[in-house]
Amino acid sequence: MATATRTLGRTGGTSAQGLSLALRVIRAGPVLILALLVVILTLASPYFFTGDNLSNVLVQVAPLACLAIAQLFVILVGGIDLSVGSVLALCTVTGALAYGWGDFGGGILTVAVILLTGVVVGALNGIMLVKGIPTLATLNAARGLALLLADGAPMPGIPPSSRPPAPASSARSRFPVLIVAGFGAAAWIFTTRIQWGRWVYLVGGDKEAARRIGIPVDKVIISVFVISGLSAGLAGLITAGRTDAGYPSAGQLDELAAISAVIIGGASFWGGRGTVGGAIVGVLIFGVISNGLNLLNVSVYLQLIVIGVVVAVAVELDVLRRRLEERFRTI
Amino acid sequence: MAETVLEVAGLSKQYGATFALRDVSLELREGEILALLGDNGAGKSTLIKILSGVVAHDDGEIRVAGEAVRIESPKHAHALGIETVFQDLALFDNTNAVGNFYAGRERTSPSWLGALGWVDDRAMRRQTDELLERLQVNIPGKDTEIGLMSGGQRQAVACARAIAFGRRIVILDEPTSALGAREAGNVLRLIKEAPEHGVSVIVVSHDMEHVMEVADRAVVLRQGRYVGETEPTQENHERLVAMIVGTGEDGRAENGGGPGGEQAAARS
Repeated sequence: MATATRTLGRTGGTSAQGLSLALRVIRAGPVLILALLVVILTLASPYFFTGDNLSNVLVQVAPLACLAIAQLFVILVGGIDLSVGSVLALCTVTGALAYGWGDFGGGILTVAVILLTGVVVGALNGIMLVKGIPTLATLNAARGLALLLADGAPMPGIPPSSRPPAPASSARSRFPVLIVAGFGAAAWIFTTRIQWGRWVYLVGGDKEAARRIGIPVDKVIISVFVISGLSAGLAGLITAGRTDAGYPSAGQLDELAAISAVIIGGASFWGGRGTVGGAIVGVLIFGVISNGLNLLNVSVYLQLIVIGVVVAVAVELDVLRRRLEERFRTI
Repeated sequence: MAETVLEVAGLSKQYGATFALRDVSLELREGEILALLGDNGAGKSTLIKILSGVVAHDDGEIRVAGEAVRIESPKHAHALGIETVFQDLALFDNTNAVGNFYAGRERTSPSWLGALGWVDDRAMRRQTDELLERLQVNIPGKDTEIGLMSGGQRQAVACARAIAFGRRIVILDEPTSALGAREAGNVLRLIKEAPEHGVSVIVVSHDMEHVMEVADRAVVLRQGRYVGETEPTQENHERLVAMIVGTGEDGRAENGGGPGGEQAAARS
């Protein structure tokens, strides 16, 4: 009898250790996948692991990184922001309009209008969502407004502040990466060290419990959409700087790429789980896949399929994580 | 005689045409553990929802530490020193014990930044450790997410949080209903210690054994009305059950006589 209980206890112990190890591996999953991809692509293409190419990847993914951070905040509270791609486009258009009014303050006005557009649309998104109107509405409306304001065509006009004066092209191309680094660091601090950021996770963990404990749930949700709008504005700033134009058709389907990146980066569709670092890793996985497959001359169509597979694996890992946690609880 | 921390007089709550509570009066004394008994639909839930600010009462008076109040919201209840642990526990599965203890009231600095302040994890962790030690709650791995804990550990964390932060009154809704014998024992021990930490307890439970183990006094509700009260002892067991189910005239008769009457006399 005594032996039986002891054995039972021990097997309980080992399987608990096994489960917690498995959970840790799953949580490290995104980083492992990225490392694996880098190794494979380095072996497959001599050009892949060169400074030029890697900095190229970073510049390429900069707008997506902003959109992914935008998306992360909304996914953390258990929502999805379908409008970020359209907001990006609207921001480039309002920026080009502002530039057309005159280049006040060396482009500060243009930059301010771009970011303000994002913030305002984000706030509207949040208020509407709290009242039950989904961001699907803004996906259409913001795109429509962008096309309307731009007369359906790209508007030449350059927000100069998004294009630093340095003549060296390398400085110009590095600018988006600096924006992402700065904004990413701020978002990281906000989510990990600031009380309001903690509340974002609690609201995502359990809205009802958060409400009962006295957290201003609706305000947290609205603030998350404001941040999302601001991030979309930054993505618009980078895009406008790169295309030198207000681009009403920019960012189409980017909201889906951003969602994919965030989920690949280990966030949960159910809310309350995910990190800025993870989202960035997800974006890098995205960027590395498309860059590597380009280098290997793989068709763009096939790239989409590969990304689809990675998303499926990421979601499956999340489901697996939940199942393991359930098992863990019953030990 | 200990001071009265909570006094409810003539409390009524109506949902449409039905009375969930009708003219209920009771009191809770300092350092007391009061059991609230009653069948389904007796009005226990409505009463604790009113006391924790989830629903507002229609008629009657609530006095907290002698002061008449109308409890407007859960936040207001917290401010009055009332903490409630509902059956769903209101725990956040995606964070650990420390995160749950301080959920919504994280320690931050500087204070003028409000909710944009810097979270002081080290202080929160230290204080949680101290609290758990003081309450003798054993939790394996403080970094383990609450979602990975067993029912008993979760209940213990929720109760410990309420006892730690409740300044006057802790209300526990069926704290042992989903637990095995050993886990229930741990939670009951925690409840018994609550008065030492300066709080009075109202505990709602179906389990008469558990009530007899922890409660100093039991109030019985039936169909929204106050039926009677008595000391929950082995000898009074059958009387309590009779009051709860309302067998014949006895149930009403018990209102006056016996230990219940004694209590009633002490109240007036």
